[in-house]
Amino acid sequence: MITTDICIIGAGPVGLFAVFEAGLLKMRCHLIDALPQVGGQLSEIYPQKPIYDIPGFPAINAQDLVNNLLDQINPFHPTFTLGERVEKLERQEDGSYLITSNENTEIHCQVVVIAAGLGSFEPRKPAVERLEDFEGKGVAYMVKNPELFRDKRIVLAGGGDSALDWTLFLSEIAKEVTLIHRGETFRGAPDSAEKVFSKAEQGQINLILNANVAALNGNGHLKEISVVNKDKSVLHLDVDYFIPLFGLTPKLGPIADWNLAIDKSAIEVNTKDFMTNVERIYAIGDINTYPGKLKLILCGFHEAALMAQSAFKYVFPEQKLSFKYTTVNGIHAL
Amino acid sequence: MIKLTIIDRDDSSQDIEIPEGINLSLMEVLKASEYDILATCGGLGICATCHVAVVEAPDSLPPVNDTELDMLDTLPEAGPNSHLSCQIRVSEAIDGAIFKIMGESN
Ligand SMILES: Cc1cc2nc3c(=O)[nH]c(=O)nc-3n(C[C@H](O)[C@H](O)[C@H](O)COP(=O)(O)OP(=O)(O)OC[C@H]3O[C@@H](n4cnc5c(N)ncnc54)[C@H](O)[C@@H]3O)c2cc1C
Ligand code: FES
Repeated sequence: MITTDICIIGAGPVGLFAVFEAGLLKMRCHLIDALPQVGGQLSEIYPQKPIYDIPGFPAINAQDLVNNLLDQINPFHPTFTLGERVEKLERQEDGSYLITSNENTEIHCQVVVIAAGLGSFEPRKPAVERLEDFEGKGVAYMVKNPELFRDKRIVLAGGGDSALDWTLFLSEIAKEVTLIHRGETFRGAPDSAEKVFSKAEQGQINLILNANVAALNGNGHLKEISVVNKDKSVLHLDVDYFIPLFGLTPKLGPIADWNLAIDKSAIEVNTKDFMTNVERIYAIGDINTYPGKLKLILCGFHEAALMAQSAFKYVFPEQKLSFKYTTVNGIHAL
Repeated sequence: MIKLTIIDRDDSSQDIEIPEGINLSLMEVLKASEYDILATCGGLGICATCHVAVVEAPDSLPPVNDTELDMLDTLPEAGPNSHLSCQIRVSEAIDGAIFKIMGESN
């Protein structure tokens, strides 16, 4: 079990900056994010776009802002659980919280900060019969541990960059790789597309174009998939793993079940300190709502500062908080 | 006035009228008409959460461009009539078109 002062759900820009504001007050933070990388929407949706409304930066690339935030919070040694989604929040008798992820990682904390943005980034699922029956039993939406696929028969579906890249990567270690794509051309990185076509010509991968995966079959573990071609003919393939790659999209997910006041997919907060209707649970950044709310990074940063001042009393109930400038006090690493 | 017919996810259909020359995308018009459409990236064409299917449209509707097709490739339910509504300019060129809202809701 991980023990920390503040557990931050969501490692987007606002969750990251919250580590800084908490760190100034000597509170330790653990961050957890469903994505395998930090940065939230910035890294996932628009890493190379310039942002023009970060104070002090006339223009800054989204990924550069994320990297700068990581540098800025580094002295406070935040810890991370990446690639896992928070499922459960359980209040303990002493008021603290136990947080559990979908992979059963447990985090014990005094304060919960929900900085979950638009929700946790989840893979888009194609309409394939019995897809969910085989999740974790042959169906994977990301390649977390490539070794799992060594010497296996793998079918990938999708036409974007990640489908192309993983097809190429897995073709090096798998026994057999098949890529199924609805269209007949790839508009992803032309370079990867070319490589996929040339590997297909050399018989190193199977490429099935103008086709869709329709159904999965197996007994306990995935064994066979049915592919429907444009002319409606059906093909059956023996397979160990099916990896549909259709990008990620944010979903509110389990947050809706935590008994928090929610208005249109956003958590209602008190603007005094951005606490939710439940004591010790705060919500900052895109995930919260209040009169006049703007979904801007800059607003989330402000919310993080006020949250930290308020959270202090739960982490250090015996101490009195006195406000200090960083210029006066510097940054004292934790 | 430009007249469009919008079919929602539950198949309910409604006509909306937009004045000429307002220079909005279909996504913006749908949002302004309170349709539940995510449009996470605000119209940059990089999130694919503003998916619509063209049910009927005049020939003057511009075809999907390459970047749009690239994004649509990431949607499992996209078909030959799929468009990103943020990439469709509302103008006389699409007067009379019928669109169906697809994809994820809020
Ligand atoms: C294309 C685009 C352009 C933009 N341009 C600007 C701009 O110019 N200026 C500006 O200020 N803002 C801009 N924004 C908005 C800005 O990106 C958001 O305000 C900002 O990302 C919010 O940060 P956040 O940390 O609150 O949430 P996010 O960045 O959304 O991060 C939230 C994180 O929480 C994770 N998460 C959620 N639920 C869970 C869970 N249950 N378990 C685990 N992890 C979870 C998610 O996976 C995600 O990584 C833009 C947004 C987009 C999409
Ligand atoms: S709003 Fe993001 S692609 Fe249209």
